[in-house]
Amino acid sequence: MGFFLETLFGGLMVGMLYSLIAIGFVLIYKASGVFNFAQGAMVLFAALAMARFAEWFPLWFGFQSLILANILAFIAAMAVMIVVAWLIERLALSKLVNQEGITLLMATLGIAYFLDGLGQTIFGNDIYKIDVGMPKEPLMVLQGTFEGGLLLSQEDLVAALVSAALVVVLAVFFQKTATGRALRAVADDHQAAQSIGIPLSRIWVIVWSVAGFSALVAGIIWGSKLGVQFSLSLVALKALPVVILGGLTSIPGAIIGGLLIGVGEKLSEIYLGPMLGGGIEIWFAYVLALVFLLVRPQGLFGEKIIDRV
Amino acid sequence: MFYRENGQFKSSYRADQQILPIAQDRIAMLVLLLVAFIVVPLGVSDYWMRAILTPFLILSLAALGLNILVGYCGQISLGTGAFMAVGAYAAYNFQVRIDGMPLIASLLLGGLCATVIGVLFGIPSLRIKGLYLAVATLAAQFFTDWAFLRIQWFTNNSSSGSVSVAGLNVFGVPIESPVQKYLFCLAFVVVFALLAKNLVRSAIGREWMAMRDMDVAAAVIGIRPVYAKLTAFAVSSFIVGVAGALWGFIHLGAWEPAAFSIDRSFQLLFMVIIGGLGSIMGSFFGAAFIVLLPLFLNQLPSWLGFSISTALASHLETMIFGALIVFFLIVEPHGLARLWSTAKEKLRLWPFPH
Repeated sequence: MGFFLETLFGGLMVGMLYSLIAIGFVLIYKASGVFNFAQGAMVLFAALAMARFAEWFPLWFGFQSLILANILAFIAAMAVMIVVAWLIERLALSKLVNQEGITLLMATLGIAYFLDGLGQTIFGNDIYKIDVGMPKEPLMVLQGTFEGGLLLSQEDLVAALVSAALVVVLAVFFQKTATGRALRAVADDHQAAQSIGIPLSRIWVIVWSVAGFSALVAGIIWGSKLGVQFSLSLVALKALPVVILGGLTSIPGAIIGGLLIGVGEKLSEIYLGPMLGGGIEIWFAYVLALVFLLVRPQGLFGEKIIDRV
Repeated sequence: MFYRENGQFKSSYRADQQILPIAQDRIAMLVLLLVAFIVVPLGVSDYWMRAILTPFLILSLAALGLNILVGYCGQISLGTGAFMAVGAYAAYNFQVRIDGMPLIASLLLGGLCATVIGVLFGIPSLRIKGLYLAVATLAAQFFTDWAFLRIQWFTNNSSSGSVSVAGLNVFGVPIESPVQKYLFCLAFVVVFALLAKNLVRSAIGREWMAMRDMDVAAAVIGIRPVYAKLTAFAVSSFIVGVAGALWGFIHLGAWEPAAFSIDRSFQLLFMVIIGGLGSIMGSFFGAAFIVLLPLFLNQLPSWLGFSISTALASHLETMIFGALIVFFLIVEPHGLARLWSTAKEKLRLWPFPH
């Protein structure tokens, strides 16, 4: 029982991290109808920027404080992500307004490749570490209830809390602010939004910056767990089935999808894995999402699209 | 002046509907085939044959298959590598497990297995489309990656996880030297390109295009979406599967699942985009472009007289790929094939631009 719960919690924590990346996808899809394949590359780019700035700033300005370095690096990385968002809008998206979804998807694939190459050219391609002082020791809880207690990773707990906070902030931003409303309007219909005077380009810069922000947060958390390296951009491939499962337009969907897939993945690996030869984590999420799509094509919380001629 | 069709009158439907209605095109194609079959094997070095032309041909074939699905039927797929892998491993199993299996038969049977898997993973396309489908096809990619790595049966219990084929021959003629391999692939590619061209011109091809342009409207005018989409998946994955088998058997000789990873899927998708969505010719342009670009980029610094590290070169390569894809999507969404046909239109009037 204790082991099962441990697996379950582990799954939930990982799922929370998937959600964090998935939210980036959902944000951009909601606000621009673009399925952003570059989210993974953005996570890598942001994490690389953060890791390297935190390393460089103390050298450049000659101070020692780790906290100061991290804060400055975070600000600088965020600034970089805003510039990236602005450039993406300027150079690619503004020229592809009102194109089909598939064209936009392929454009983001191109952007993903570009960012992967650019990030590693500027910031180097070794393994870097981000140290934001997340607690590393595992936490023992419920020792009275179970034999040996439950082993929880504090790092994961902090990550889950950060993700949860981020989600709340984003939900409020989308539901309560005028900008959020404009974002949703653009998501529904580019042309209609433009015609009532919503500045499309500014909205897109904002939403890509917000996605850059969530990529940065995800990058920091994953990066401090696994180290910052190229494989980080592949973590985003894990977030794709999450988005599909939850529905492309729903932030709660991204969270619940993330948790479901995190838990499903861990449990299936432990309990089904030995029967199937192991390593089924790689495809489990995808097959789960695929089977689910057959039953409910719009995902758990997605909007049903009705076609009319 | 040389490319003008004045005076070429067609007096029958047959003449009007042929693949190359303009006489100059027919001659050019004939010359091209002659060069490909006769001049190239005589005049090109083994290195070029082995490292550039053969991969180019096989990747063109795979891009052709993908183009049928993405360009003609509008069903985006990110799982091409998976179908190539299925073709390769199935062909391998036929080759190893059945004594005296002819090479061509095992390649085609590999393609058929890819068709079955392709249709299987195409079934979701009946309910989901566009972006969701793209992710669904990724399921195929990850699943086959895993299956061929973990399930020993597929690799005939090879201890290293990689498989290899040797002693290939067709009707007693060995396929060993670069020239033989090249000619073998070329024959395959020519036959399949012709078949594909005719398929997309036929009724089924028009159904695919109707499905791509607007599926609901197509259904209203009596096109069965199930049939159109699944045939597109079937034909596409057959061609891709054969290309995969060729890639494993002829180009690599020995391979492991990494040869058909997700990068391969993206690479093929880029070929289709850059070459031209919905164009048979474009698949060849795209493949040529993507095979040659890295070579060019590797050579460029030394031509210009400075050197860069390999890591930087490979990063620059991905950056240039990415930038080019965005560039093509913005400037010429129909890719190199459209540039080619624009050039031909201009040539028809040249030198009088009126």
